[in-house]
Amino acid sequence: MGLMQEYDIVMGLEIHAELATKTKVFCSCKNEFGDEPNTNTCPVCTGMPGALPVLNKRAVELAMKAGLSFGSKISKYTVFERKNYFYPDLSKAYQISQLVYPLNLGGGIKLSSGKFIRINRIHLEEDAGKLTHISKAVGTFVDYNRGGTPLIEMVTEPDFSSADEVVEFLKRVREILVFEDIARCRMEQGGMRCDVNLSVKRKGQTEFGTRTEMKNLNSFKSVQRAIEYEAKRQIEALSSGEVIIQETRKWDDDKGKSSSMRTKEEAQDYRYFPDPDILPLKITDADISTIKSEMVMLPEDRRKMYVETFGLPAYDAEILTTTKYISDYYENCVKLYNNPKKISNWIMVDLLKIIKDQGQTLDEAEFPVSEQNLCAIIKMTEDKLIGKNLGLELLAKVIETGKEPMLLAKDMGMLVTISDEEIISLLKRLKSENEKVGIDYKEEPEKISGFIVGYVMKNTGGKANSLKVKSLIPDVFND
Amino acid sequence: MELFEKSIFEIREDIVSGKISCEEVTKYFIKRCEENKDLNAIIEIYDDAIEKAKEVDSKLARGESLGKLAGVPVAIKDNIFYKGKQVTCASKFMQGYVAPYSATVVEKLLAEDAVIIARTNMDEFAMGGSCEKSCYGPCHNAYNRDYVSGGSSGGSAVSVAAGLVPLAIGTDTGGSIRQPASYNGIVGIKPTYGTVSRYGIVAFASSLDQCSPLTKTISECEYVLKILAGKDERDQTSISNGFIAPENKKFKLGVCTEIIEKFKTMAGYKHFAEALEKLKQEFDIVEVSVPHVSNSLACYYILAPAEATSNLSRFDGVKYATRSENAISLNDVYVNSRTEGFGKEVKRRIMLGNFVLSSGFFDAYYGKAKKLQRLIKKEFKNAFADCDAIILPTTTGTAFKIGEKMVDPVSMYLEDLFTVPANIAGIPALVVPYAKENGLPIGMQFLADEQKEETLFAIAEKFKNIVEAQ
Repeated sequence: MGLMQEYDIVMGLEIHAELATKTKVFCSCKNEFGDEPNTNTCPVCTGMPGALPVLNKRAVELAMKAGLSFGSKISKYTVFERKNYFYPDLSKAYQISQLVYPLNLGGGIKLSSGKFIRINRIHLEEDAGKLTHISKAVGTFVDYNRGGTPLIEMVTEPDFSSADEVVEFLKRVREILVFEDIARCRMEQGGMRCDVNLSVKRKGQTEFGTRTEMKNLNSFKSVQRAIEYEAKRQIEALSSGEVIIQETRKWDDDKGKSSSMRTKEEAQDYRYFPDPDILPLKITDADISTIKSEMVMLPEDRRKMYVETFGLPAYDAEILTTTKYISDYYENCVKLYNNPKKISNWIMVDLLKIIKDQGQTLDEAEFPVSEQNLCAIIKMTEDKLIGKNLGLELLAKVIETGKEPMLLAKDMGMLVTISDEEIISLLKRLKSENEKVGIDYKEEPEKISGFIVGYVMKNTGGKANSLKVKSLIPDVFND
Repeated sequence: MELFEKSIFEIREDIVSGKISCEEVTKYFIKRCEENKDLNAIIEIYDDAIEKAKEVDSKLARGESLGKLAGVPVAIKDNIFYKGKQVTCASKFMQGYVAPYSATVVEKLLAEDAVIIARTNMDEFAMGGSCEKSCYGPCHNAYNRDYVSGGSSGGSAVSVAAGLVPLAIGTDTGGSIRQPASYNGIVGIKPTYGTVSRYGIVAFASSLDQCSPLTKTISECEYVLKILAGKDERDQTSISNGFIAPENKKFKLGVCTEIIEKFKTMAGYKHFAEALEKLKQEFDIVEVSVPHVSNSLACYYILAPAEATSNLSRFDGVKYATRSENAISLNDVYVNSRTEGFGKEVKRRIMLGNFVLSSGFFDAYYGKAKKLQRLIKKEFKNAFADCDAIILPTTTGTAFKIGEKMVDPVSMYLEDLFTVPANIAGIPALVVPYAKENGLPIGMQFLADEQKEETLFAIAEKFKNIVEAQ
């Protein structure tokens, strides 16, 4: 038995996600990533003296929605507190957060293994600004655009025992937050961040070991690597008789290792107390019902419906639930035209290719055609009013012009215009030109009819009704 | 009658009727400010004051209707933001800081065509009761220059008392308007918490701070308070004060036994007792009990420093205020800037606040003080079931000599004994002058239930008539 197998890993998470509000949590500045530094700022979020916070109701609603999504209990009475510490990115030298009376308590997520991970709380707080260290000579710059943007902090119980569990949990959290339009969770932009508290104990031992907290984990990959590194580090230390120091460690993804940021002795006393500028918030049952009515079917449930009711392959169901937008789009289409499989094919194959060509990523994809128009095109091809290839051309034209598909198809002469007589004469031509076709047809009519239809379609520029062609084959070839 | 003796109403009327121009009025008061520089009440006369006055004159010339404070010169305490003007809280730390926006109260004054001409001296960051702890040096009492003005709004009180301006704005966290009003024989009110927006006023103790006018008379105080009052979307703690009108009846005045017992041995008691005797002609005097009223002081000196320490943390030398020149590391920036920038009293309160909020001490101090505050609020509520207002002294006596209490912070804190209960309870308290000793004025204080400012004004008018009739 290897050294690693002699120990259990115990982990809990602190997850921060930036809420998808239009404005900041205590002022009306834009909540936007990537703008020019210090352009989305005002006296409130730059901590000017005399400026006062005004709570953004939408931020509270989104944080409540997060709570409801993860099965938390919404507090009827919630208080904002000041967490006091000095750092240049913290304009007021305190962060408005929640300690004693958080907005959401409890909840959890069931992993695919069936294991339930308990959530301790999800509270609302403000983010700090961003420092950019240029060099010793030039100095450090601070950008307060992010300062005062709303965050939720989710704290879990120490229920994780492997990196895989942590990553699965994080993926589920992100999926739900994105799906419910609570947060965009763009990890590369710091829109979702995770700190891992990790300790190890010998198998069978009941009390927890000393834990460390790892920060600066900004991708699932770095979470995975950091956990594996830290677990190994602790186990090796313990087995060689060393003690683990309670400390905060910073993960360096390039070096693939973590290093100590500060020990418990150096830890700050945050001197929390209720923020006297913000009145305690009372939340009613009516407030909670309003938020509930805003909530949608979660991706997990949607996938189940797509597979079991619509008969889609699991992979397709997965892709179609990448974002709420795509999933809603798909379901709207199914409502308009009850052919879930065909619609799925068109979206999965054709639309995704189009948006890929446009340079959109799946996470941010917005389709350039309305559900109505897409369904109209699919229906036309299914009814064989138009061939599949022409259907795709039509789709491109609809995207280009925004015009109604049927009108466009008529204008462009795409619709089926070939008469029965013309089809019959083409079939006769084929029969006389190619004797083998006639022979094959006698032997295996099903096998060859695809070829025959294709011949007619090709020679009519796709404007023959393929169903019609198929029905006319026996009249000619059975002669 | 000299212009400086005139009321706000008279000055406005003279301007609106064309008797005198706003420019002349402004020049007159600026001259008075300059002639009385030795009071050290005014820190800066704004260089655009005459310009602003001319704007009021041209508005009048164009036949536009003028606001409720048309042409009235106003001085504001040095912790109130007036966009584009320096604001320093009388602190070395904030020298050169220019307000990036205007406080709601400033906007309201300007909207009524007032002319803000100057900023006034104060104790640094409003921490103090004598106006001696200012980086500009002490402000002197309007009645005797050897004596303190009181504070922290000392400059505002003296400006009005000495006729440098007809109206000044101050702030009151534990008595900072009422005590200097009492020491300088003028009228000052601490309204119901939330009545006046705190937006744009440098916070001392956010849950206790209130801003309001200092005036010569009760009616002016009422008039201006109503202009400044109102729910402000930018201050969540602001309220829409209903200014509940009192019934037309014989008022019942409560004498708070617990605190008056303590007062009996103090210098000012004689005047208080005499006044109380006279009051019996006009009011029903009843004894009321607010058992923990004297604990307000202890409560105050925990809650106020706790909030102040957090509020003042933003002065870190990073974004604004003076950064120490002796700072190399980030830690130096914080430590040196704050060490060099803040005065002794401010540092004392920052230390106190940090101590009571520290992990392990929080429940014993802050937590307990909050409980006590709820209890005191409740006790006042109960007392007001038996009376319309409670009568209290404002201070233990008259103003003291400059320098007398500088060495003993605790005796200075004790000066707040009678004023802090109104802040702790969030209720309105009005101070009106009624007596003098050795030429120094003393003010009487009336406290009422939340939003009962109108009761206070009505009672104070009656009180004034009785006192003046003697």
